[in-house]
Amino acid sequence: MIRFEQVTKRYPGGREGLVDVSMQIGAGELVFVTGHSGAGKSTLLKLIALIERPTRGQVLVEGRNIGRLPRRAIPAHRRQIGMVFQDHKLLPERTVFENVALPLLIAGLRRRDIQRRVRAALDQVGLLDREQARPEMLSTGEQQRVGIARAVVGRPKLLIADEPTGNLDPALSLEIMLLFRRLNEVGVTMLIATHDIGLLDQLSGRRLMLDAGRLAADLGLH
Amino acid sequence: MRIWLARHVQSALASLGRLWRQPLGTLLTVLVIGIALALPATLGVLVRNGEAVAGRWTSVRDFSVYLQPGLPVEQAGELAASLERRPLIAAVRLITADDALAELRTAGGFAGVIDALERNPLPHTLVVRPAADADDAAIAALADELRALPAVELVQLDSDWVARLDAMLAFARRAIWIAAALLVTAVIVIVGNTIRLDIQNQRAEIEVAKLLGATDAFVRRPFLYTGLWYGLAGGGVALLLLLAEQALLAGPAARLAALYGGSFEPLGLSRGGVAAVLGAALAAGLAGAWLAVARHLAAIQPRV
Repeated sequence: MIRFEQVTKRYPGGREGLVDVSMQIGAGELVFVTGHSGAGKSTLLKLIALIERPTRGQVLVEGRNIGRLPRRAIPAHRRQIGMVFQDHKLLPERTVFENVALPLLIAGLRRRDIQRRVRAALDQVGLLDREQARPEMLSTGEQQRVGIARAVVGRPKLLIADEPTGNLDPALSLEIMLLFRRLNEVGVTMLIATHDIGLLDQLSGRRLMLDAGRLAADLGLH
Repeated sequence: MRIWLARHVQSALASLGRLWRQPLGTLLTVLVIGIALALPATLGVLVRNGEAVAGRWTSVRDFSVYLQPGLPVEQAGELAASLERRPLIAAVRLITADDALAELRTAGGFAGVIDALERNPLPHTLVVRPAADADDAAIAALADELRALPAVELVQLDSDWVARLDAMLAFARRAIWIAAALLVTAVIVIVGNTIRLDIQNQRAEIEVAKLLGATDAFVRRPFLYTGLWYGLAGGGVALLLLLAEQALLAGPAARLAALYGGSFEPLGLSRGGVAAVLGAALAAGLAGAWLAVARHLAAIQPRV
C-alpha cells in the first residue's frame, strides 16, 4: 500500500524532516507513527498526502511514485486518502452534515448518494443525531469524531491521522483510538501519528518510531 | 453531464446565497458597478438622441439663394426655371419678396415695423433642393457657381451647421468609447478587489477543500460565479438608472422640442445598447473575478 524508499525531506532553511527512511505498510494494516514532536511524524504523513514532496528517495502509494505526480494530479490523489487533523479543520460556518458532505461534494456525487453516505458515516462515529449542529456546539471529542466521519465518508482505502487525540483528554483519546480500530477492522489501512506513549500502551499494533527524522524502530505486533 | 450541470447550478446558487447573506456589502458593490456602467450608457443615449435629431436634418440639404434686391420677379422666375433643368437640382422654389414679407408679417410679429417700411427690403429667394444622389462636393461646387451669377447676392448652405453637428457627434462617440473603456476597467478592478477580499475571508475553507482533494476548478468556480452575479446585478442597476433618467428627462425634452416647433420622442437605449450594457457588465464581472482568482487562489496551499 505504502512504500518509502530512502526518503529524505529537507525543508527550505536546511531543517531535515525525514532522513533516509525506508519502510513498507501493507493494505489493511493499522500502524502508529510515534516519536517526539519534531521527530518527523507529520512530515511522513505530509509526504503521503502530497502536502510536501520528498527531497530524495521515492514515496510509493499503491505502487505509484507520487513524488513525481504533476500538480494537477494532486487533488485526485488526495481524494483517495482520508485525512484527520489534530485541530480537526472543520468549517465553523457549516453544519456537521455539510462538513462531512464536503469530500463527496468535491468528488461530485449526486445529492441522494451524498445524503445516504453522510448519514452512514455519522452513524459510524455515533453522531447521527447531531447532523444539523454546528461544530462549535459539539464537545472537542465529538468534533474530532465529525472529523473522522469526514475522513471516511469517501470510503478511502487509506486513512492518515496526525495527532488526532492531541487536544483530547485520556478517556476521549482512547475512545477515538478504538474508533479508528473499528474502522480498520472493516479494511481501511491506517497510519496514525501520535506522541502519546501512554495511550499507545493501551493499544496493540505496529509502531514506527521516529527520532530526529530517522526511523529508529519498527515494532511489529505488540 | 447532468452532474456537471448540477454542480454548476449548485455553485451558482451557493455564490448567490453568500452574497445574499452580506446584503450591505453586496449592495454597495453592485451600486458602484451600476453607476460606473450607467455613465457611458447615459452618454451613449444622449448621442443617440443627438443623432436622431441631426438625422432628421441631414437629409435636408436645401440651400437658399438670395437674389439681388430689385431684380424683377420675371428674371427670378426664369433663373428658377433654368436651374430646375439641371440634373444636379431636383427642385427650385421661388419665394418672391412679397411672399417673404407676407410670411414675415404673419410669423414674426413684425407687423408694425413692416407697415412702417416704405418699400419691401427683402430680395426674391430661390430655395434649391439638390438631387438626392448629389454628393456634398458637387453641391458645394454648385453653390460656388451660383454665387458667381450677377443676379445672385448670397448663397447660404444650410448644411454647414449639420456638418458641424455631425463632427461633434463623432467626437462625442469617440469620447464615449474612451469613457466606457475606462469605466469597464474600473468595474473589473472593483470586482477583482471584492473577490480578493472574499478569497481572503474564505482562506480556511479553501485550504480545507484543497486538503480534501478539491481541484482548482472546484475552488475557483464559486468565485467566478460571484463575479458573474456582481456583473449581472450591476448591469441591471445600470439599466434601471437609465430608465429613471429617461423618465426624468422626458418632460424637459418634450418642452424643448415644442419650443423648436416639433414633437420629439426621446429615445432610450437601443436593444443592442441593452445587450452591450449587460454583456459588458457580465464580462467585466467575470474578468475581475478571474484576475483575482488567478492571482490569489494558487497562493493558498494547505498548511497542516
